[in-house]
Amino acid sequence: MLEIRNLQVRVDDKPILRGIDLTVNAGEMHAIMGPNGSGKSTLAQVLAGREAFTVTAGDVRYQGRDLLAMPPEERAREGVFLAFQYPVEIPGVSNVYLLKAALNSIRKHRGLPEVDAMEFLALIREKMKLMEMTDELLFRSVNEGFSGGEKKRNEILQMALLEPALAILDETDSGLDIDALQVVAKGINSLRGPKRAMILVTHYQRLLDYVVPDHVHVLSQGRIVKSGGKELALELEARGYGWLEAEAGAAPVETAVR
Amino acid sequence: MTETLTAATPLDDLISGEYRHGFISDVAADALPRGLSEDVVRLISAKKNEPPFMLEWRLAAFRHWLTMTEPNWATVRHPAIDYQDIIYYSAPKSQKDGPKSLDDVDPELLRVYEKLGVPLREREMLAGVAVDAVFDSVSVGTTFKAKLGELGIIFCSFSEAVQEHPDLVKQYLGSVVPYTDNFFAALNSAVFSDGSFCYIPRGVRCPMELSTYFRINAKDTGQFERTLIIADEGASVSYLEGCTAPMRDENQLHAAVVELIALDRARIKYSTVQNWYPGDKEGKGGIYNFVTKRGDCRGADSRISWTQVETGSAITWKYPSCILRGDNSVGEFYSVALTNHYQQADTGTKMIHIGRNTRSTIVSKGISAGRGQNAYRGLVKILKSADGARNYSQCDSLLLGDRCGAHTFPYMEVKNATAKVEHEASTSRIGEDQLFYCRQRGLSAEDAVSMIVNGFCKDVFKELPMEFAVEAQKLLGVSLEGSVG
Repeated sequence: MLEIRNLQVRVDDKPILRGIDLTVNAGEMHAIMGPNGSGKSTLAQVLAGREAFTVTAGDVRYQGRDLLAMPPEERAREGVFLAFQYPVEIPGVSNVYLLKAALNSIRKHRGLPEVDAMEFLALIREKMKLMEMTDELLFRSVNEGFSGGEKKRNEILQMALLEPALAILDETDSGLDIDALQVVAKGINSLRGPKRAMILVTHYQRLLDYVVPDHVHVLSQGRIVKSGGKELALELEARGYGWLEAEAGAAPVETAVR
Repeated sequence: MTETLTAATPLDDLISGEYRHGFISDVAADALPRGLSEDVVRLISAKKNEPPFMLEWRLAAFRHWLTMTEPNWATVRHPAIDYQDIIYYSAPKSQKDGPKSLDDVDPELLRVYEKLGVPLREREMLAGVAVDAVFDSVSVGTTFKAKLGELGIIFCSFSEAVQEHPDLVKQYLGSVVPYTDNFFAALNSAVFSDGSFCYIPRGVRCPMELSTYFRINAKDTGQFERTLIIADEGASVSYLEGCTAPMRDENQLHAAVVELIALDRARIKYSTVQNWYPGDKEGKGGIYNFVTKRGDCRGADSRISWTQVETGSAITWKYPSCILRGDNSVGEFYSVALTNHYQQADTGTKMIHIGRNTRSTIVSKGISAGRGQNAYRGLVKILKSADGARNYSQCDSLLLGDRCGAHTFPYMEVKNATAKVEHEASTSRIGEDQLFYCRQRGLSAEDAVSMIVNGFCKDVFKELPMEFAVEAQKLLGVSLEGSVG
């Protein structure tokens, strides 16, 4: 489904990703772990089409197509979804309005009829039950006044609604208390399926107690320095990231500037 | 997470949209020669067959205007206007005898409205809106008159009101905006060609939204409209004004005056969507819109509400205001002003509290894009007599891109210690992160900007009548679009 070959990315002439190779197949769950500043979030955002980054080399194929050539909205309509680490607030735009506009733009792209307000409400309420969210969140402005946990649940709600083929979850576990973490994990697990691939970007092992990945990759200074199965995450939890960097013969970790 | 905005952001593309209502219809115009003199004023009055009091009033205004100079305190820049190079009156030729019904209206005129999306007949039949359409300077169609007539409501062109209801005109004309008020109001008083007149009798609630479409068409013709609305005791009316104008190279002057009078317990809601030609991407052409709008809450418990959506014109100079004379009267001003490319807007309001327990609300949303400049200028004045007066003002500015400007000039004069005045202001930038978020959910960049801007304006749009709100939302989208179509 997704093939990343030698992906190199800069921001302000500063190299962030120095050659990423990664293959993700349908049905797989990949966890990408690594210390702060290792490039995890950059990878997530580049895949989703954020224009603040400059791709200097490499190639990304998504379902056989050149992903990097597609504008962000086209990627979204083709089934790439990013759950944001910091979901933005949009004052005056109700959550339900954005959700419906998003769903319909994707349906339209796929040649499906647009859903009307009544159909949409029925659909979204069903999804909200899963995320243990109240109706009230539908009619508030997008993410405005949402707690950290509500924002993250709202991201997973959007994923449940839009049913992407490739979901990239950027630090979805950060800022969640244990109850919210379990709800979010339940949401993620319910969306796993043979046709859907997921990439979990996370700093901690915590979420992986509830969402068990098929593959774990460790990113350090813009490179994947180790890949393994789910047991790798546990090892990282026990030993930290330092040993991997030493093992990979990498230079000492630069001071995290971001 | 570092954010780098490259030079060519999607915003730049979006805000480079071009005017969609640009076309010129070739209706033969019956125009005076260029220039302004007493003779021209006399000629206008004579052409309109006005009674002597009108001519006297126009002449007094003209003589006063000669003693005045153009105001220069607004944050707008433009080349000097040559008032002798303007044609002060033109009427579509085929309208000389006046149409008896819409069937008599020049089909060319009707086609212009069709192009603008204002099919008179459709509006008449489907929307139940009485449209008094002003094409250049003469009204070409007034609808629903009979129905309104049954209730004693007078809704007609200003010229007709001068002929049919001279007493009302004489009593109220200039009573809110005297010709001495300002340079442009004096000019308008001297040369205004036509406009709308509305009188709602005591205790009558106008059953439909009243609407007028203004349109500048004949080449180089300044348009000077005059609107007078009177709501008698206990009456209420909602009035809609919307306008677009065709593409032009020369700058055109537009100096309208609107006067509203609300007697005891009367309510007037005046909503505007202004979409005059704004000039092209390089700032060439466009309408100069110097408008004086003022409402007088003359009676106790009266209420006047201004809602405006200003997206057009090269220059907007406009301060719809309320004089809160009656005790417990209420004044409201809700405004969205959008400037793109080289547009300049200096707009706001004045709330003059005179009566006791008078209240006013000001909500202003300024959006600047391209090299647009947008200023809010407002005065809240609480006189000594205004015990218990209250004002709440909220002024928010939204910037798109980094070459535009937003300015806020709130003035307050409070002379009564029991008054409460609150002012809140904010300036924000439409974020690449907001845009990216929406696009990541599948929305096009254009739809995303339109949605974000409309969200920003929500507090104002909810004050508009329903069908107008929908129109206004579309208009904002169109005004911000880059790849038109």
